[in-house]
Amino acid sequence: MLEIKNLHVKLEEEEKQILKGVNLSIGAGEVHAIMGPNGSGKSTLSYVLAGRNGYVVTDGEVTLDDADILEMDPEERAAAGIFLAFQYPVEIPGVGNMTFLRTAINSQRKARGEEEMSATEFLKVVRAKAKSLQIDAEMLKRPVNVGFSGGEKKRNEILQMAMLEPKMCVLDETDSGLDVDAMKLVSEGVNALRDAGRSFLVITHYQRLLDHIKPDFVHIMANGRIIKTGGPELALEVEHNGYADLLEETA
Amino acid sequence: MAATVKKQPQVKIDATEARLSALSLPEGAGWANAARAQAVVRVRDAGLPHRRDEYWRYTQPDTLVVPQAPSAALFDADEVPLFDTIDRVKLVFVDGVFDADASDDPALGGVEISLLSDAMDRDIHWARDLYGVLETNGQTPVARPLAALNTGYATQGICIRATGRAAKPVNLIYLHKSETSDAILHHVIKIEAGADLTLLENGPAAARCNKCLEVDIADGGAFHHVRGQGRDHERRAVTHVFARLAANAVFKSFTLTVNGVLTRNEAVIEFVGDNAKAHIAGACAGDGTFVHDDTVFVTHDAEHCESRQVFKKVLRNGATGVFQGKILVKQGAQKTDGYQLSQALLLDEDSQFLAKPELEIYADDVVCSHGSTTGAIDDEGLFYLRSRGVPEDAATDLLVLAFLAEAIQEIEDEAIADDILSRLEQWLARRKKS
Repeated sequence: MLEIKNLHVKLEEEEKQILKGVNLSIGAGEVHAIMGPNGSGKSTLSYVLAGRNGYVVTDGEVTLDDADILEMDPEERAAAGIFLAFQYPVEIPGVGNMTFLRTAINSQRKARGEEEMSATEFLKVVRAKAKSLQIDAEMLKRPVNVGFSGGEKKRNEILQMAMLEPKMCVLDETDSGLDVDAMKLVSEGVNALRDAGRSFLVITHYQRLLDHIKPDFVHIMANGRIIKTGGPELALEVEHNGYADLLEETA
Repeated sequence: MAATVKKQPQVKIDATEARLSALSLPEGAGWANAARAQAVVRVRDAGLPHRRDEYWRYTQPDTLVVPQAPSAALFDADEVPLFDTIDRVKLVFVDGVFDADASDDPALGGVEISLLSDAMDRDIHWARDLYGVLETNGQTPVARPLAALNTGYATQGICIRATGRAAKPVNLIYLHKSETSDAILHHVIKIEAGADLTLLENGPAAARCNKCLEVDIADGGAFHHVRGQGRDHERRAVTHVFARLAANAVFKSFTLTVNGVLTRNEAVIEFVGDNAKAHIAGACAGDGTFVHDDTVFVTHDAEHCESRQVFKKVLRNGATGVFQGKILVKQGAQKTDGYQLSQALLLDEDSQFLAKPELEIYADDVVCSHGSTTGAIDDEGLFYLRSRGVPEDAATDLLVLAFLAEAIQEIEDEAIADDILSRLEQWLARRKKS
């Protein structure tokens, strides 16, 4: 589904190379986790996949179902099926959560040449999905993420994911700022979306999230590269021993 | 009195005399003639605005003062006029002159409506007690000579006295048909105790227009005002709203301004009774060589009153936005709740916003706050929306409308608010085509 080959990325504003040759292949229906120390380039990878400004791809390629996504605008990537759950979801005062969701869904549908979702169908679907994430009507009515707690923001991200039904979900530290119950709720939301046609890239610092969202593969990222790949046991190893040994191994 | 008046610089005296000599004082009833003569004295005492005046520091008044109005091309807006779907009493002015044929029958339950020209010829006591009175009060501490000029020379306008709940809104519609028209309009409104009136205004009044609205609200009365200015590009307009609020009175005014080469909207609001509430808001969209100035002065001279100013401007392509807003809380005006917000969203680097927020407080138990910001579209918000599939231009529009929403929310009537919102959506849509 997602193929990342030899991806090199530097910052636009300064001569700083962040990604130094990332290779990653994610098949349909697979869940991959990326762990790694601070500053290893994990979040940069997620932003580059989503198409955020401020980064320059100096080498390599990224394809989603063989389509070059690096050439696409963020909205085109979204329509193609990429979804980034933000580490810090953005507050948008003045734009209602419902308006935002419906605009997003119908923009994507329009871009794909599909029929728009009617107001009644939208309401029905959003209510059902919001309920399973314990998002009440009040939260749906409020401006996007404004006045939401950390947990509410993350649940709202998962609600968007559930509504937009992307092919390739990138979760950037979705567990940060969540208490145990909230993490469970968010993980259940993610697991409910697991599907043979949908893949996940889960970026996290902690193995704990991976107890809930069980990955097929775990990658360790350091200094702009993936330095080791393994199964779920690799995450446990990091949890117990930290990154020092792994970093030495590859140094 | 005259001895205390500061001698004006010769350039101001010359400009003032040149303007006055191009006008002639209308004749009316004795009280009206006296009111006009006194207004002319106020004009001479202050002198008409000059670009070196502190109060006109950000907006050049020259073209509002020159004897001959600069011509303005007629603007054909191929759209349904604002408020067209609202059930209301229409009173039409063409180039500043009342057009009875185009207007509705001014009979309206709960309201007495007469033309200013008729009121000035007779002795309608409430109009006599109000005409030029609030304008005169509003001359201190800052002189507003263009408003005094208006009181002196206006022959056109409407006098409305609400004695109960008005059955429907009164809509003053201004049509611009002559490229050189120079209109002076003066409206006087009295809201009696417990009465309630909504006044709507829209349309380009003339090539140049000087408009003055005096609103006196008695105990428990309510006045709602929604005004649309635009989309004519070459309009020059100066407007003054003077409002006086007695106890428990409510005053709400919202103005939408779109384009126009020069628009100065002054609002002067005074609380004289306790527990009254005044909200004044504006949403402005400017594209091109455009100056839009909101100058507001709120005086709290009673207890437990609430004032709220919310001004939002979206500017692009060299447009200039100005905001001068002041809250004055007099000694003894305890428990005042004053709020002032002025914000500009600059859609490019050629536009500018000049803001001067002021608080002057002499009471010790009050809550007053103000905020003023100038910024571009939020990159984070834009990326967030785009990452969910919303195309860049639609995402930008969504953020622009979200920015303006707080001002539009000040309009109580939903249908009117929707109408205003649709105008802004159309403004944005037109920008995309060009």
